[in-house]
Amino acid sequence: MFIAFFYLLKSHGFRVSLTEWVTLLDGLMAGLHRSSLTGFYDLCRAVLVKSEADYDKFDRIFLEFFKGVPFEDELPEELMQWLEKPQDVLDSFRAFLADQGYEPKEIEEILKMFEERLKEQTEEHNGGSYWIGTGGFSNFGHSGHAPQGIRVGGVSRYRHAFQVAGERRFRDFRTDNTLDTRQFQMAFRLLRQYSDQALGEKTEFDVDGTIHETADSGGLLKVKYRRPRTNTVKLLMMMDSGGSMEYYSRLCSQLFQAAENSNHFKELHIFYFHNCVYNQLYTDPRLSWSGRVPTEWVLKNYGSEYKLIMVGDALMDMYELRGNGYGYYYEKNERSGLDNLKLLRKQYDHSVWLNPEPAPLPNGYWGQSYFHIAKVFPMYPLTLDGLKDAMHALLVQK
Amino acid sequence: MMAAFPVCGILFYIIFTEGLMPQFHSTEHYVASPELIGAVNIAMALEKPLLIKGEPGTGKTMLAEAIADSLGRKLIIWNIKSTTKAQDGLYVYDVVQRLYDSQFGGKEVDNIEQYIKLGKLGEAFSSDEPVILLIDEIDKADLEFPNDLLWELDKMEFYIPETKQTVKAKQRPVVIITSNAEKELPNAFLRRCIFHYIAFPEQDQMEKILRVHFDKLDDTLLRQAMEAFYYLRSLDGIEKKPSTSELVDWVRALSLSGIPTNRIRREIPFAGVLLKKDKDLATLARRLK
Repeated sequence: MFIAFFYLLKSHGFRVSLTEWVTLLDGLMAGLHRSSLTGFYDLCRAVLVKSEADYDKFDRIFLEFFKGVPFEDELPEELMQWLEKPQDVLDSFRAFLADQGYEPKEIEEILKMFEERLKEQTEEHNGGSYWIGTGGFSNFGHSGHAPQGIRVGGVSRYRHAFQVAGERRFRDFRTDNTLDTRQFQMAFRLLRQYSDQALGEKTEFDVDGTIHETADSGGLLKVKYRRPRTNTVKLLMMMDSGGSMEYYSRLCSQLFQAAENSNHFKELHIFYFHNCVYNQLYTDPRLSWSGRVPTEWVLKNYGSEYKLIMVGDALMDMYELRGNGYGYYYEKNERSGLDNLKLLRKQYDHSVWLNPEPAPLPNGYWGQSYFHIAKVFPMYPLTLDGLKDAMHALLVQK
Repeated sequence: MMAAFPVCGILFYIIFTEGLMPQFHSTEHYVASPELIGAVNIAMALEKPLLIKGEPGTGKTMLAEAIADSLGRKLIIWNIKSTTKAQDGLYVYDVVQRLYDSQFGGKEVDNIEQYIKLGKLGEAFSSDEPVILLIDEIDKADLEFPNDLLWELDKMEFYIPETKQTVKAKQRPVVIITSNAEKELPNAFLRRCIFHYIAFPEQDQMEKILRVHFDKLDDTLLRQAMEAFYYLRSLDGIEKKPSTSELVDWVRALSLSGIPTNRIRREIPFAGVLLKKDKDLATLARRLK
């Protein structure tokens, strides 16, 4: 039953790795759960959850899994049995590892370590830090389960529906604009994670290193250089272009320029879409056919380490959000716009939606799509303050 | 060996509950929630670093002091800045001093050991007594910083190539790490930590905290101050919400000023102690009208 909990956590997107799982087992072996369900819960949470943002999610999963357990603040019998039969633990652990696709030889090695680990714990009271060697396989926690499209009800009767075809569209942002984009740029500055590990020439004079080396060689000057600390943030930006966004073209143009001129990002890629993301994204704001890029390609080539900023008013007819025939060129799509947005959100943990339009009234017809999208992406107003908040949110996982 | 395990497991359990293992508890000056106490004890038993996050002013740094206090151990604090490198915490080799000494004589410069100065981590490792090591605001440093410490925190040892020595923890220190969530920490590092988020104290918890800070506290004052405080925190327009430490300061100001206690909730005097932003003070002034 225990392994099932692990799977449940993983299927809900928790990045539980083998390291943490073994730590949890250690904790249980050491009796840290105090033989009570509350203690067990506390232990699980402390070991498995790494962000307060996940506390609530963890609570829900825990409840879902243990809801059948009579809540008398005692450990469920199965768990107690589990704790009393370490041999079973090893067996289920072995089955579990095989399930994870480890070679039999690897499994035996892992189990040997685990066994030695257990032995040591029964003999002495120390341990807990022995898992350095296992770092290597813990990365399987990242593989995640296959993305599954979530079917949202069909809206076929709207198939014939109209679409604001794009005679209105953004000006090309690339033409120089004398507007002051400094404030936006300052906000983008917040988006930085420095590192000196990036590849590159050693171009910066290293004062401390030079002193150190010079003194070490008896006072003969030895000049040292080092790599400058550079920003490691890679950014993807997807902007809505045309239709109802026309009103905000100047604001978006400013935002675009600010991003483009903030040359402190390691990488910046900008794509455009119309209304919602369908099969194709476009590299220029006119959404020309020649500049199209499959959304799949973007997802494959820009990994989860990128941060994603969506810009759009999130206003469209519900069938444009939920239907799948509404690309800019009316092409057939496999997924609806909403499904695409969910895919993006799933891949990019660090993503926000910037909206130039204030939130619509909750009951209006036109505003429905806004609330559906706000459920997928954290939404911030496209104002200076909103942008700053969004940049902070991009740095920490929310 | 394995067959004998269940018995040992039970023995273990007894040892843990009977308190041979040192346990953390609330102190005279620090009120910890049961969850926090649990997390600290789990981290100590599993010998893993404890990563603490929480709103500013919820006592993240004070926790380490309280643990040191409660266990009667020495506290070593390593404050992290944006330019701090992992190496700084291990040791610094003062080559310049050695060069001086070699030029002007007086000391045996062959003995490199005397030019090695241990950092905070090194200090914690080489201490004869078990200590508490606080790594404060780890998220201030570069991205790689936490990863650079993985080995040292896991193995509790590091190597000094200059002297060919290994500094190994004589007594495993209890490691407390705080983060203000300014940046995200690397996954490899998180995997090795026990995590706890200090939630903002509920009213009854807050009352306990205030009682710890003040010997004698007028009941009306306490009630009115708490009501005003939680009202302020619930206001929509407030950007920088007042924290526990600000409440403590405010209550101190209130009790020294001798303002009639029944007016506190309605007028919120000395609001500047609680709210630090002009905009927030203006918001409050509008609400109180």
